[in-house]
Amino acid sequence: MGMTMGEKILARASGKDLVKPGEIITAKVDLCMSNDGTTHLNIDIFENQLKAEKVFDPKKVIFIVDHNVPSESAKTAQVHKKMRIFAQKHDIPFYEGTGVCHQIMIEDFVVPGQLVIAADSHTCSYGGLGAFGTGVGCTDFTSVMHTGEIWLMVPETLKFEIEGSFKAGVYARDLILKIIGDIGANGANYKIMEFGGPAVKKFTVDDRVVLCNMAVEAGAKTGLVEPDQIAIDYVTARGRHDMNLFTSDVDAVYEKTYQYNLDELEPMIAIPHCVDDVVGVTQIGEVKIDQGFIGSCNNGRIEELRAAAQILQGKKIDPYVKLLISPASKAVYLEALAEGLIDIFVESGAMVLNPNCSVCWGSCQGVIGEGETLISTGTRNFKGRAGHPNSSVYLASAATVAASALTGRITDPRGFVV
Amino acid sequence: MGYTLAEKIIMRNTKRSSVTAGELLNVNVDKVMVHDIFAPFVVEKFREMGFEKVWNPDKIVFVYDHLVPTSFIEDFRHHKIADAFAAEQHIKAVHRADGVCHQLMPELRYVVPGQVVFGTDSHTTTYGAIGSFSTGIGYTEMAAIFGTGQLWIKVPPTLKFNINGELPEGVYSKDIILRILGDIGADGGTYKALEFGGSTIKGLSISSRMTLSNMAVEAGAKVGVIEPDEKTFAFSGVEGSQFQDLKSDPDASYEKVFNYDASNFKPVVACPSNVDNISDVEALLGTKIDQGFIGSCTNGRFEDLEVAAKILKGRKIAPFTKLIITPASRSIYAEAAKAGIIGILVEAGAIMNPPACGLCCGRSGGIVSDGERVIATNNRNFLGRMGSPKSEIFLASPATVAAAALEGKIVDPRKYL
Amino acid sequence: MKEAFKGRVWKLGDDIDTDIIIPTQFLALKTVEDMKKYAFNPLRPELAAQIEPGDIIVAGKNFGCGSSREQAPEILAALKISCIIAKSYARIFYRNAFNNGLLLLENNELYDCCSEGDQVSVQLENSQVLLGEKSFEVASIPTDLLQMVEAGGLVPFMRKRNGK
Repeated sequence: MGMTMGEKILARASGKDLVKPGEIITAKVDLCMSNDGTTHLNIDIFENQLKAEKVFDPKKVIFIVDHNVPSESAKTAQVHKKMRIFAQKHDIPFYEGTGVCHQIMIEDFVVPGQLVIAADSHTCSYGGLGAFGTGVGCTDFTSVMHTGEIWLMVPETLKFEIEGSFKAGVYARDLILKIIGDIGANGANYKIMEFGGPAVKKFTVDDRVVLCNMAVEAGAKTGLVEPDQIAIDYVTARGRHDMNLFTSDVDAVYEKTYQYNLDELEPMIAIPHCVDDVVGVTQIGEVKIDQGFIGSCNNGRIEELRAAAQILQGKKIDPYVKLLISPASKAVYLEALAEGLIDIFVESGAMVLNPNCSVCWGSCQGVIGEGETLISTGTRNFKGRAGHPNSSVYLASAATVAASALTGRITDPRGFVV
Repeated sequence: MGYTLAEKIIMRNTKRSSVTAGELLNVNVDKVMVHDIFAPFVVEKFREMGFEKVWNPDKIVFVYDHLVPTSFIEDFRHHKIADAFAAEQHIKAVHRADGVCHQLMPELRYVVPGQVVFGTDSHTTTYGAIGSFSTGIGYTEMAAIFGTGQLWIKVPPTLKFNINGELPEGVYSKDIILRILGDIGADGGTYKALEFGGSTIKGLSISSRMTLSNMAVEAGAKVGVIEPDEKTFAFSGVEGSQFQDLKSDPDASYEKVFNYDASNFKPVVACPSNVDNISDVEALLGTKIDQGFIGSCTNGRFEDLEVAAKILKGRKIAPFTKLIITPASRSIYAEAAKAGIIGILVEAGAIMNPPACGLCCGRSGGIVSDGERVIATNNRNFLGRMGSPKSEIFLASPATVAAAALEGKIVDPRKYL
Repeated sequence: MKEAFKGRVWKLGDDIDTDIIIPTQFLALKTVEDMKKYAFNPLRPELAAQIEPGDIIVAGKNFGCGSSREQAPEILAALKISCIIAKSYARIFYRNAFNNGLLLLENNELYDCCSEGDQVSVQLENSQVLLGEKSFEVASIPTDLLQMVEAGGLVPFMRKRNGK
């Protein structure tokens, strides 16, 4: 009986030929990463409770400051300082203000076939490169940072077969919102979401990451896309050549298989306050917005910025709307700058922010107040996520956010793109 | 008897043929600026005073810059209150995310030479660089102006700064004003007009002149004025012939005259935690820094980004050191992006923030913790201004800040030029 | 305005800037009452809680330099400081203080003679401040400014003008 690609990655990581769903394994971790959301806690546990002296491998432990950049209080600055001191002491890779952690990991570290553990739920993003990434809490993370190992239960796999092609104004973001709306916020609890089919085979790495990144919003352990030449080209172009290309066997066992056809997909919106409360943009009615946000580990890459720029070019946003755009990384920012997208954004009236988590994390740039409404390309629309407990967050594609910023209300982007 | 430039502007405004330093008089307010931090308080006081309509909605400018982007959940309240008031009073000039107020006022020509302008911000002195009499006031007085269009002022005596000759390489108008602050002290200009003149000042760009006028208030001055010239008229889009009265008379009476030879200026740094605690950069070489900041109404303009880019081009910021850059306005950001400057800065590792006050006003944009040191191009290094009271702030020119960011310590910027 | 009053001295130094009086991070708090707890926070975080109504601040030169933030005098008025006696003041703060009903007096010598906790008496009628046996002269304040302080500041003054 065959294995899914997720099972194969876990088998390799645990030194086994075969693993089965439900089995508990001890796996060797290829990379681990922690950001300023929680690293201060990890360091406390590492130094004060574990009394540890060394990280398991200084080349495989990465610290990234991205949640509050630049810092908005002495308290967060203290966290950053603690990370800097630890990183210097242990001589580990350290990034500050260079981008959202998951984007940096994808650009600079991850290769297909790896097992990556990070202290952040959206670590499942790395499935876009065919790596098994999953998020853990501080205690688990600190133990990984110290030992390089972790126990895991092998999850069941759900298969998502995607065919067809996007119509103008519809994106990978709309697809993943649609899927989460269909299966629910716990529809893939502790399972692997494997995205495949003829459409996904043509997806860029960016679009694959969009799908995998939000797998956790359906409760999944990770999201995966089979690595192929597109994934290989992505990592080799960045100087990484050692990789393991795991693909699912034809006789692999899936718990369930879902079929989607992109031809039928329209722009989707997750309405407050659940990620799985998803409707088509045509059903949304009149929703006035105060702020738009384009960015995050889900949707701040070059393709999303291009989609937004296409809509904003030569136009001015509604004067009462604040539009925040935060490219996902320095590399994305520079690419957007070279393509003239940054100019388009600045001239449209948008605020172009430095690469960071921004209002997706909701504790610095662009915090919204009582009664305000945000439309965002971020990962979550939980109550209070972007600021005041009595505020609302709608999730949509970068194109939908851009179109909405022009009109001041949630707007179908298809009227703006050709 | 002759008159100083500050007196000439007041005379023009009040249509009087003479004024005397120390005299109290009412001026007709040509323009006012209110920024987001104080907007709710102006509105509240305006209502408490029993006013219903502003005296002239076309003379009022709202700029949101201190709380942009919002960092805390109450910040938005300031914008909502100002938006509602502007709509009610038909105030059309509202800038919600376009940059720092003191950059926008002259750049967008809300202020032109010869005007009397007040703002709810101490650095309103900036517009003296284009020959206006402009100064900061509190929100209660602003509310009174909203209602009446007038304010009483005391005609300030003038201190004249004659600066002649050529500035050495690596020395900028920021170094001039810091040196002057060091010489006269943080209260050396209290309630006075500072007037900057001489061949060096004539040679400065409008942006560089704005740096001087901006920091006049750091000596306690009421205004910091510079005679408008052809550069000013071009910048402000006005006909120079209409402003020929805006010159100090040769026999004007100054409280004191200071003469500087520009060739003696050096790169200097204001050390913690007073703006007049000035030291030559050479005396501070090797002082470790954690963060650099280039921005603010003092030094966030195109030429400031340009000189930083010149130093940073092809180099990388020191490891574990941050450089935060905040252009002073949207058009500066756009222009710098087009000119390739932003690319150089980001490539070097700078954190590029959107145009606003950023770290200078200490609300967000790179707040620091205990024991951290910042070197910054803005106007104040007060205790705790950028976060922890146990942090330290040094003020310097954009070149000195950029060079410090490269090495993670204070260095002489001239070695990179 | 009370013609004569006494108060306990809190002593602060030169160049007490507006960011020390009220740091920017607290400026978006909704009311002056919320803010007043943070008076002098960077310099002496414990001080605001110790100040009692009627206390007097004695300071060095250039008190209130820096920002135009009117919350600086407003929170001191809200703490019910009866007056400040400094060697000199920054001009924006000076106007803001009177406009908010906060009395400012100027004297060059008192600062170097008094200690924190001393009792001083202020006699506005003859422009004197008394510390024990010693007396110090303060510049007299014009009657109309005193009346504005008495009335509570510029707002009540304008209300009266507007017949409200």
